Amino acid sequence: MTTATTVPTTPRKASIRKSGGKLRALRRNRLALTGGIIAAVFVLAALFAPLVAPYDPSQPDFGNVLAEPGAAHWLGTDDLGRDQLSRIVHGARASMQVGLVAVVLAFLVGVPLGLLAGYYGRFADTAVSRLTDTMLAFPFLVLAVGLAAILGPSLTNATIAIGISQIPAVIRITRAETLRLKHVDYVAAAVANGGGDGTVLFRHILPNATSALIVQATVGIPAAIIGEALLSFLGLGVQPPDPSLGVMLSGAQSFLAPAPWLAVFPGLAIVAATLAFNLLGDGLRDVLDPRGATR
Amino acid sequence: MTKYLLTRLRQSLITLFLVSVVVFAGIRALPGDPALALAGEERSPEALAAVRESYGLDDNVVIQYGRFIGHALTGDLGTSSRTGLPVADAIAQALPVTLELAALSLLLAIVLGIGAGVVAAVRRGKPEEWLANAIALIGLSIPTFWLGIVLVLGFAIAVPVFAASGYVPFGTDPVDNLRRMVLPAIVLGSGLAAVVMRQTRAAMLDSLSADYVRTARAKGLSRGSVVGGHALRNSLVTVVTVLGLQLGHLISGAVVTEQIFVLPGFGKLTIDAVFTRDYATLQAVVLCTSAAYILINLLVDVVYSVIDPRIRLGGAR
Amino acid sequence: MTETVPEPARKTPAGPVLSVRDLSVSFRSDTRTVHAVDGVSYDLAPGEVLAVVGESGCGKSVTSMATMGLLPPTARIGGSIRLAGRELVGASEKELQKVRGKDIAMIFQEPMTSLNPVLTIGRQIGEVLRRHQGLSRKEARARAVELLELVGIPAPARRVDEYPHQLSGGMRQRVMIAIAVACDPAVLIADEPTTALDVTVQAGILEVLQSLRERLGTAIVLVTHDLGVVADAADRVLVMYAGRAVEQAPVYDLFASGRHPYTRGLLGAVLRPGGEGKRRLPEIPGLVPSLDSQPDACTFAPRCSRADDTCTGSRPGFRAVDREAGADAPHRAACWHPYADGETADPYADGEAAVSGEPTPVAAGREAPRTPARADDPGTRPDQEAGK
Repeated sequence: MTTATTVPTTPRKASIRKSGGKLRALRRNRLALTGGIIAAVFVLAALFAPLVAPYDPSQPDFGNVLAEPGAAHWLGTDDLGRDQLSRIVHGARASMQVGLVAVVLAFLVGVPLGLLAGYYGRFADTAVSRLTDTMLAFPFLVLAVGLAAILGPSLTNATIAIGISQIPAVIRITRAETLRLKHVDYVAAAVANGGGDGTVLFRHILPNATSALIVQATVGIPAAIIGEALLSFLGLGVQPPDPSLGVMLSGAQSFLAPAPWLAVFPGLAIVAATLAFNLLGDGLRDVLDPRGATR
Repeated sequence: MTKYLLTRLRQSLITLFLVSVVVFAGIRALPGDPALALAGEERSPEALAAVRESYGLDDNVVIQYGRFIGHALTGDLGTSSRTGLPVADAIAQALPVTLELAALSLLLAIVLGIGAGVVAAVRRGKPEEWLANAIALIGLSIPTFWLGIVLVLGFAIAVPVFAASGYVPFGTDPVDNLRRMVLPAIVLGSGLAAVVMRQTRAAMLDSLSADYVRTARAKGLSRGSVVGGHALRNSLVTVVTVLGLQLGHLISGAVVTEQIFVLPGFGKLTIDAVFTRDYATLQAVVLCTSAAYILINLLVDVVYSVIDPRIRLGGAR
Repeated sequence: MTETVPEPARKTPAGPVLSVRDLSVSFRSDTRTVHAVDGVSYDLAPGEVLAVVGESGCGKSVTSMATMGLLPPTARIGGSIRLAGRELVGASEKELQKVRGKDIAMIFQEPMTSLNPVLTIGRQIGEVLRRHQGLSRKEARARAVELLELVGIPAPARRVDEYPHQLSGGMRQRVMIAIAVACDPAVLIADEPTTALDVTVQAGILEVLQSLRERLGTAIVLVTHDLGVVADAADRVLVMYAGRAVEQAPVYDLFASGRHPYTRGLLGAVLRPGGEGKRRLPEIPGLVPSLDSQPDACTFAPRCSRADDTCTGSRPGFRAVDREAGADAPHRAACWHPYADGETADPYADGEAAVSGEPTPVAAGREAPRTPARADDPGTRPDQEAGK
């Protein structure tokens, strides 16, 4: 008779929690799915830019300058008669390239340092912390400006600057994850069983920190996309006439009144891409990193 | 509290030292003769000799560094190769513009961000929360510079309410000053407002469900005192921290905003220095910006410890 | 039973200061409704200490939160709560704000987290005085020092400017009490005030509460699951089980001759000091039922050795079980087969006794009340009606 009364309680409680969570997850997932699709479109367009773009993005057409959006040029043309859509597609290519390379760069430097600081603690931790502080003391743009001044403005140098600016965040997350995992039973057991530092770090800790790092990557990519556009806008990144969303916006500033579409569409492309990656990141965070450790 | 602040001060000084080394080394890491870099466009042997002489480039590196720091501390930041004027003067002229811009956008971010965050938390699950969240997400995804361009399109070109460029000192003409500063302040403040809103909302949700809020309600306090005096007061600790962490973005954002709206501030000075290869100015600007950033973060920690007695008086519970 | 009983429930001419009638609280979520409190009634006389006891989840805390009007908006409250004649159920938030902290106050189980960490003690006490008595900042602070002294905090003039984290748990609970009694409320609800504290500190807190009752005449609702605390501090006891009141009695009567099987089980679960120390703590078999439904049955029946078809087929009324009958009877229980006055068999005190000792009441009871139960006419539950 005790079971008769208690049995309904437990599963029902569980089902409430589950159904509530599911509901939220579903709503979240729909947003995440939308984000994922837009991001995928963006990535594909970037990959196959020459196939997707209807025109050569650098080919001027002086008979067709500042054309309004229409059948021939869906998104209009710029002051040199170049097709906007083609330039946006090729610009997306630059964005994605910077986004991926910068994030990889940040991870290649940040992950080992974070592991070092979190696993060995003490002196290593202090040293890495000071390093992180020093890096953070240069606001992103100041860093980019400094690099551009020293190495000259170019897409490569902009990528390096963006990558460096993301290192501190990667260090912090890796460090936090390492600190947490160091005390998890199976890692402690691996240490007790005489696993070498290398084994423990790369076999046990790093694989378990992947979720948090993936989430960080989904935050890093849109940040890098905006960073590239920003630096190119200021003339510190992609150099004209190469297409880049930032370069396009910079050029559009001179024609705001006669051709506002030149300013609108590249901006929309940036917003769509970053929003898409952010939504995807939020969704992934829910799935991979429910603790929200990387918030 | 004194101990804590001393530790923080020590850390800040170390960071500042490292930053100055990086800045100092940056110029010397340039390929070729640093005198070439510091001389700027003028490259006659006499000019180079003069630069070498005035910067003491033939001395030991450590001595050079010491001199660099000594000069910087006494306000001598070198001479601009572009204008031939002291860099310190240029900075003194540009600073008020940037400070006004930063202050206005910070005000905007705090008022809007905290306001919307509190509303979103108090009206949890209601349309207000949804709206605030959506606006914040969009605000975070719109790049500052594009927002600037769109606002110029809307409010300076289509409906010319505000001016799109130029700076008039507040003392000269307050109305014209604000007319020119409103759009830049919105551009610079919006992203920060979104971040502040998100943090405020999260912190408020935490504190609204805290036991001490229940106690406050049990005292019969009005809803305003419960939310403002108890929940918000506690949430501010978090919000101030986040605000401090975001100030770096504010500095970066100022550079872009000044570029869009043609404001003769610190950021414009920086970008101009890059394109004219004015390394003396650049070196000074980078050093000042980073120092300011470190100082602000230290200040945030001081404010933080004032707000939270557990830090001020030591001995967390 | 017949020797000198300290007169517990004072008969007061003024009538109850707090009167709860047929209180019910339910929480609705998307998928189900939880009936946390189901038809609870009690009165509280001025200066009286009423203990509300029961296991966790029995609704005793929800009852006190409902009395304070502090339940979340998702809660649906039925019945009536009258404070000095004023109806609180359905009162607006504004009206409740005027009552809370002034006429009725509450202290909570968690002294460590119930004080705001970023405000001084003085400010938190003063706040309620400024709100309800319109004192100035200065007056409120002076009064706060007095209140700290009243609740037995040493060096109150210094403590008043300190922050919660500088105080121990017991001290913080004293501060909570100071806040609660600042405006000299008629009723103080103490929800597990000593549970989170060390045993040595517990006694101090109970002493403070007792002395406040004596000095200020505050009536206290003492919510607890600790029967030791009840025996120490209470005049009268209300036992709750699964959201319902199952027994109510003057404290001596309850300990001497609890009538409801659940009360007996609860008392049996107390480890009495002395000879029985080595014996395993008796437990009531089974678990508290789900609160999803309001069955027309005794909710304790599934765990009760005296249960029969009546118990599972009809809800028992909350009726007098003693000499004095009627709605005001001091000793009442909601049970179809209550223990008789002198009946000492405690089925939970000893595993064997439950099976072999007293099988008869169960069997006997199974026959008798079946017919009225099936009939299910309101007449079989007169006390429920009377309780209204």
